[in-house]
Amino acid sequence: MNANDGKRMLWVDHMYRIRDDQDQQAFAELFAHFAPRVKGFLINSGADGSLAEECAQEVLATCWHKAHMFDPARASVATWIFTIARNRKIDVLRKQRRPEPEDLGWGPEEDPDQADVMALQQESEQLGRAIAELPANQRELIEKAYFGDLSHSEIAEQTGLPLGTIKSRIRLALERLRHAMK
Amino acid sequence: MMENNIKHHLTDDILIGYAAGTLPEAFNLMVAAHLSLCDTCRAQAESFDAVGGEILDTAPATDVMLEPGSFAATMALIAGGPVDEIRAPRVPDSILPGPLQDYVGGDLADVQWRGIGMGVKQAILPTSRDASARLLFIPAGAAMPDHGHKGTEMTMVLQGAFQDEDDYFARGDVEVADSDMHHTPVADIHEDCICLAVSDAPLEFQGLLPKIVQRFARI
Repeated sequence: MNANDGKRMLWVDHMYRIRDDQDQQAFAELFAHFAPRVKGFLINSGADGSLAEECAQEVLATCWHKAHMFDPARASVATWIFTIARNRKIDVLRKQRRPEPEDLGWGPEEDPDQADVMALQQESEQLGRAIAELPANQRELIEKAYFGDLSHSEIAEQTGLPLGTIKSRIRLALERLRHAMK
Repeated sequence: MMENNIKHHLTDDILIGYAAGTLPEAFNLMVAAHLSLCDTCRAQAESFDAVGGEILDTAPATDVMLEPGSFAATMALIAGGPVDEIRAPRVPDSILPGPLQDYVGGDLADVQWRGIGMGVKQAILPTSRDASARLLFIPAGAAMPDHGHKGTEMTMVLQGAFQDEDDYFARGDVEVADSDMHHTPVADIHEDCICLAVSDAPLEFQGLLPKIVQRFARI
């Protein structure tokens, strides 16, 4: 069992409260969980303590400002925060632009179907459990690929990640988005 | 503009690097351009984002301490309002996917081509110097000079098509080549071919003359 099982829908609810009510209590809980982890991610990527602290604060402030862009039918809250932290890392640590693919419209659909949200969040949970159950050496390599600075040729052997269901779910969400734009 | 017939996709190690944020800028540009055309790889890339999310979520929280007053400082940042992001408008349904338009500073008509011989033209795009990105224009039916590779090179078709000894590549298809590969791609006869090519090492042309061209043309 993963300590975060069942928490994902709670985080989604927190994001709604931040978006709709500017709820500081919900934000404080989100901050307490994610801010130290984002800071750790940045330190592992080569930032010193004070730069990592500054960036972690900026990443969490971005979560507040961009709460309306979060689409729970397409990503877990942890995934969404990870992508914001990753982009900040490229911007500040590597001093590069991050080229982004073409947008699929402006943010999430008006009201994502609750069943789609549940399904995506549950599959994130299954993914988390599957990663936790990987052999220790494989899991370590994956952590290094994301948190260290393993080059792409060094991670060329890292296939076999358990992505099956989550990938189909994301694919479905993309198709819905494209359909909604027509 | 999504393409449904893409047969040659990005490799998982490149997509993991894109998700992790460890690729050179030129490679990120290739991935962003390809994902704009290919939902298969976009879904794969987003599922690698999900792996990153899970690893972030389950990282031990006890390793890192926040500064005292960190939360209050963040609330002060929030009170200061969002940072404006200004992005030049992108042309829809262009030969150039949106992220490439950002680097060209416009659409296909704005590309600053330079001839490199035999009717082949290129335009180097401004990325960090750990890898290079350029647009290539190859006249219909023309061959690219035979070259070997150091490091990793990826070539994606934007217009027309090309074929090498083994395969046929059309819009959205990516050819990934490594140091073992020597090949002679030829542009399809029906249309001039435009490609995005990225490399983390200079190309090595065989023969003396192309070497001189290489020095002046920065490829």
